[in-house]
Amino acid sequence: MPSIVKPLVTHPSLVRNNLGLTIRDYEGSMSTLCAGCGHDSITAAIIRALWELSTPPHMLAKLSGIGCSSKTPTYFVGGAHGFNSAHGRMPAIATGANAANRQLTYLGVSGDGDSLSIGIGHLCHAIRRNLNMLYVIENNGVYGLTKGQFSASSDVGSKSKKGEANKMAPIDPIQLALTLGATFVARSFSGDKAQLVPILKAGLAHRGFAIVDVISPCVTFNDHEGSTKSYKHTRGKHHVATESDFVPFANEIVGEIGPVGATTIQMHDGSSLRFTKVPEGYDVTDRMAAIDYLRTHQGEVVTGVLFAEEGVPEMHEMNNTPAEPLATLPFSKLCPGSSALEALMADFR
Amino acid sequence: MPSRINDFAIKLANVNGTGSASANGLIMQAIFRMGVPVSGKNLFPSNIQGLPTWYEIRVNPKGYTARALDYDLIVAMNAQTYKRDVAEVRDGGFLLYDSSWPLDDELIRDDIHYIGIPLARMCNEAFAAPRERILMKNIATAGALIELLNIDAAVVEQLLEEKYGKKKAMRESNKKALKLGADFIKNNFTYPLEFHLKTMHANDDKILIDGNTATALGCVYGGATVAAWYPITPATSVMDGFKEFCEQYRKDPETGVNNFAILQAEDELAAIGMVIGASWNGARAFTSTAGPGVSLMNELLGLAYYAEIPAVVVDVQRVGPSTGMPTRTQQADLLECAYASHGDTKHILLIPANPNECFHFAPKCFDLAERFQTPVFLMSDLDIGMNDWVTPKFTWDDAYTPDRGKVLTADQLEKIKKFNRYLPEEGTSIAARTLPGVHEKGAFFTRGSGHNKFGGYTEIPDEYAEVMDRLLKKHKEAAGWVPAPIIERRLNEQGESAKVGMITIGGCDPAVREALDILADMGRPMDFMRIRAFPFHADVEEFLASHDYCYVVEQNRDGQLCSMLMLETPVAKDKIRPILIYSGFPLSAKHVIDAVTAQLEELNAIYR
Ligand SMILES: Cc1ncc(C[n+]2csc(CCOP(=O)(O)OP(=O)(O)O)c2C)c(N)n1
Ligand code: SF4
Ligand SMILES: [Mg+2]
Repeated sequence: MPSIVKPLVTHPSLVRNNLGLTIRDYEGSMSTLCAGCGHDSITAAIIRALWELSTPPHMLAKLSGIGCSSKTPTYFVGGAHGFNSAHGRMPAIATGANAANRQLTYLGVSGDGDSLSIGIGHLCHAIRRNLNMLYVIENNGVYGLTKGQFSASSDVGSKSKKGEANKMAPIDPIQLALTLGATFVARSFSGDKAQLVPILKAGLAHRGFAIVDVISPCVTFNDHEGSTKSYKHTRGKHHVATESDFVPFANEIVGEIGPVGATTIQMHDGSSLRFTKVPEGYDVTDRMAAIDYLRTHQGEVVTGVLFAEEGVPEMHEMNNTPAEPLATLPFSKLCPGSSALEALMADFR
Repeated sequence: MPSRINDFAIKLANVNGTGSASANGLIMQAIFRMGVPVSGKNLFPSNIQGLPTWYEIRVNPKGYTARALDYDLIVAMNAQTYKRDVAEVRDGGFLLYDSSWPLDDELIRDDIHYIGIPLARMCNEAFAAPRERILMKNIATAGALIELLNIDAAVVEQLLEEKYGKKKAMRESNKKALKLGADFIKNNFTYPLEFHLKTMHANDDKILIDGNTATALGCVYGGATVAAWYPITPATSVMDGFKEFCEQYRKDPETGVNNFAILQAEDELAAIGMVIGASWNGARAFTSTAGPGVSLMNELLGLAYYAEIPAVVVDVQRVGPSTGMPTRTQQADLLECAYASHGDTKHILLIPANPNECFHFAPKCFDLAERFQTPVFLMSDLDIGMNDWVTPKFTWDDAYTPDRGKVLTADQLEKIKKFNRYLPEEGTSIAARTLPGVHEKGAFFTRGSGHNKFGGYTEIPDEYAEVMDRLLKKHKEAAGWVPAPIIERRLNEQGESAKVGMITIGGCDPAVREALDILADMGRPMDFMRIRAFPFHADVEEFLASHDYCYVVEQNRDGQLCSMLMLETPVAKDKIRPILIYSGFPLSAKHVIDAVTAQLEELNAIYR
């Protein structure tokens, strides 16, 4: 009689999360990006982060603009609602979506062209609203989908595939976010999944606007000698400033956040972000310190969670909206009815 | 001179920013309360302080309250525009001016009467604070008008009481100023003038309200919860009103939370993006804007059209192109809105003519947007939106339930095998949609890129065309759901309708009706049709077919409604005769009659 022998080692694709789902359940359709594109590595990290967090797929709203990067929401969590919107407009659409239903998890994916040129205004204002979402910029220094034009994140002197050098100063999304008051700011590299996954998890757990700039080389248009967004250059200049673990639902007592040198940040949902390494004198809750640190490390790819602040009111708190989604409030709560109208008419006599 | 009781027009010329608005409003409201049909048109500049501004009031016992172009009395309080104002007084009419300074000789006409009141001098003597002296000049003028026009002083007193109830000092200043003006008239002139007011009861079931306030109220009643906007004249007061009504009606009585969200966007691109995002999530959401905003919204309107997401846009039209004249009125965004965005797109437009329709069309916009899963425009304009109109009291049917269109519930999703976003049931043109967070089976990928009926990405010609053809079918179907045109036939003794029609839209309504009555008296009867929506209702085509030709009265240079009629109905081009009045002020019957007369003369010359 045949017997089923339980394998000693469970295949990773069969491990189940708190919802009983395997990592395969967080995949989407097959990627159509170029083989080796950094964006695909980020997709893999997003899949892992959401699976580990046990985010219910149908409670995830994944939004994007237009670009190779913005195509990627198709490639993860097929069971989530997706919105591939228009070039640069994703933050605006995410704002409206979030206003209507605050109970979903919002994950926006954008490119450096999408976020730093055509959509920079919307990005800035989503930050100001402290919109509760994770906003990932897949930063390759070029417009991939339109075939290799410089983007606003190209460094001075970085060369195009044809050998032309960029002359204009770059816009650094991280410095931009820090100065605008973003409440969770991190950078990572598509080639460092071990660093990226916990950052994405912390960004998703953060209440407010979490921006993660991920250097994500474009193998087709910006991975050559002379490019400052190539795999080689990024690896060479990669400077891990902070290291942190994301600890879900901390069951240990965590220390208060001290005024200087914060080591643990308590997230509103009970999870925490525990820093295992911060540079001497660096305080992740000190915005100006983060800006200074970036200035003194110019030319390097500074990564890690660089700034985090929990407890700043997000858009719904500023607007004093109810806990349940505005979209599902019963009509009886919304329409004042005929007798109220009749009474109101006296005001217009 | 025949009796001119309750039948005259006055114009008040002021300097912007001197507080004339509240005095003008006081007179207008007092006349309204006296039960007399009245209209007030604010002709104001794009400026905060210093430029000329006019306010026109017309009363008419039969209810013709479109703009008059003939003024019985002009109150000239702005030296910058004296010359123009003096010239506009009708023969035998009156000019009221501030006689603190003498009038230049060139301002003297011997065919009109002058009423000089030393307003500045009197107010300087009576009031101490410089700002008060300026403000009270307007109120003293109102006091003079009370006597000259026989406005019911008790009504005015009551209005001041309501307005300044607790602010005793303000109330007393106002009373004092009113008395200054009134006493001066009593002591120096014969009053009232030959044209003046007498209490009527025409307004018992009416209110005095502007269209933007009405639209805002309609959005509250329609159940809108998310509003996104960027400030722009003349649409701003829609959002001001929405906020005020939400504060009044949408604060949860138990928890104090706001059952609404108003998002002041960074620009109109964001405003429409927010509306689309919120509607995608199942909220009733809208934005209010004017032409320049719609220009910016074009890209995303195409996305909403193609991805089939509801969106409501209130367009309070102003004069274009470009910045144009922001404080003047026009109906020049019809084409922009009907076909907004690149590629083949067609949108639903509802076109109200007055605040009452603004109120009732607003919920209708949400119903249509959700039923047809598409953008819907409420095409108001500055004249309707910002002027106070006398309109029947609004009523609400508590049996109303919002039409949310085809949205699958969790239970329905549970039962189906596979959800296909753009696959409607056999023989229908609208496919069910799903909302995020409801059920895993409802998940799909919304995209503005080419998609097939299953919702998947496509570049295959037939698959693309299949979806586009259905969108067109869906748009045509909307013609059966939009408000039908208002048609009034002028039957002759044989019971036949007129051979010629006159078609119009929006706020042109009262001027066109008045013109048609006058034309009928002149022996030129015409049938009336006011179009209230696009796609055109079947009755529109029928009206066109049943008349030899039709005049089309609209407020734009290019005959945008004419173009749409020629494009979207089988009407022959030579059956359409445009009457285009587009210089930015509200329409008068005189404009229409002059245009018809000119065209008739032209025809007579040709066929002589
Ligand atoms: C309004 C508009 N303008 C231009 C384009 C063309 N376009 C598509 S993607 C893109 C640039 C994308 O660059 P980025 O956001 O960096 O994405 P990547 O492809 O590099 O991941 C441009 C300009 C567009 N889709 N819409
Ligand atoms: S062009 Fe560049 S960014 Fe686009 S898929 Fe290819 S490698 Fe990735
Ligand atoms: Mg790019």
